[in-house]
Amino acid sequence: MTIPHALMALLASTPKYGLRLKEEFEASTGAVWPLNVGQVYATLQRLERDGLVEASEVEGELASQKLYHLTKAGRTELDSWLRTPPDASVPPRDEIVIKVMVALTIIDYDVLGVIQTHRRQVLQSMQSFTRLKKNSKNDLAVELVVDAELFRLEAMTRWLDTCEARLHRRSRLPKPTVPALAAEPGPVPAKRSVARRARGR
Amino acid sequence: MNALELVGLTKVHGTGVNTFRALDNVSLTVGPGELVAVMGPSGSGKTTLLTIAGGLEAPTEGQVIVRGHDLASMTRDQRAALRRSSVGYIFQEFNLLSALTAVENVAMPLELDGCSSATARRLSMESLARVGLSDRANHFPDDLSGGERQRIAIARALVSRGQDGQHRLLLADEPTGSLDTVNGDAVMEVLRSACDEGASGVMVTHDARLASWSDRIVFLRDGVVVDEAVPDGPESLLVGDHQ
Repeated sequence: MTIPHALMALLASTPKYGLRLKEEFEASTGAVWPLNVGQVYATLQRLERDGLVEASEVEGELASQKLYHLTKAGRTELDSWLRTPPDASVPPRDEIVIKVMVALTIIDYDVLGVIQTHRRQVLQSMQSFTRLKKNSKNDLAVELVVDAELFRLEAMTRWLDTCEARLHRRSRLPKPTVPALAAEPGPVPAKRSVARRARGR
Repeated sequence: MNALELVGLTKVHGTGVNTFRALDNVSLTVGPGELVAVMGPSGSGKTTLLTIAGGLEAPTEGQVIVRGHDLASMTRDQRAALRRSSVGYIFQEFNLLSALTAVENVAMPLELDGCSSATARRLSMESLARVGLSDRANHFPDDLSGGERQRIAIARALVSRGQDGQHRLLLADEPTGSLDTVNGDAVMEVLRSACDEGASGVMVTHDARLASWSDRIVFLRDGVVVDEAVPDGPESLLVGDHQ
């Protein structure tokens, strides 16, 4: 989620004041992603500087307020952003994956304990998100945002389950012995053979 | 009164070198209105725990107390009567009779328990209304979607004479196993609402999304409870930086 594009999307239908944009942003993301007013106005200033939104002064009861409009350039930029796929060339680094992988490098460390700790924490978050969805009273924005989070977290629990299953499986397999390794055909004899042929020439 | 108390449950299968401990000193209490999920990989003892909790199988050691009744101190007939009055089962494959309509499926346990047809039908219609399927009462299972069939199965699990249905113990085994996300959510909303209205539930699953509907998650590994999870507060979901 990039806030500038989310704000431009909210301006695509009708012009709005900054405070209204903050409220609509939070409503559209099911209040899962709160936004402070300072962030909204700083972002709008940058968008105005780049010609993507325009502001007009409207006289209010106590003071004038800025009403923001999406410009033609802003609409083009928004359309382009919506249709551009995210950069998938670099896989995201997940902290839980890193921690499990690091734990594996420590001899005799309780890796299963690390896995269970993260599984519990991920499931606690899933329970909270599910409560949020249940209490959303069929608010589509909340349902969709929460579903996205639940699928992401579920994927992590499945990875943790798989880690545990692979570790159990690995612990049951007999450890490879030195003779078995030595018996495997490897590159060394081939090199000797090549060397012998070379000497023979 | 707790809906279910499992105290020091151990279940051993086989003898001698073939001994296998499916459950090892498992204790679990389920309060009124509580939905507890039991998670664990295949072979961790989840289903054994559920069948013992429902009185369908006896533990090797330990106590099973359903709504204050110690199952070990009851006769077979008394246990069967307690199951009919207080316990509802929900299976992954729905287990509805295809020759009976939805309302007839829901009414069947009541009629088997000696309830008159008219009363059984009235109570079944009330139970179908609780799961939002009054308009499907006269449909056969084959004419219903998977999600609707499972909601009928929940209506059957909830149906009871008098007010007991509000306080039943529901035992569910992967209740949304073959359903897509939206239909699975609809089933879980019904199960969750039943517990919010006073029923209690134990649901065994390996599905994290399903378990997330519960008040508490118990993790079972090799027949032993290894951990528990309760939800974080809602403030933990509020994260600020999404630039």
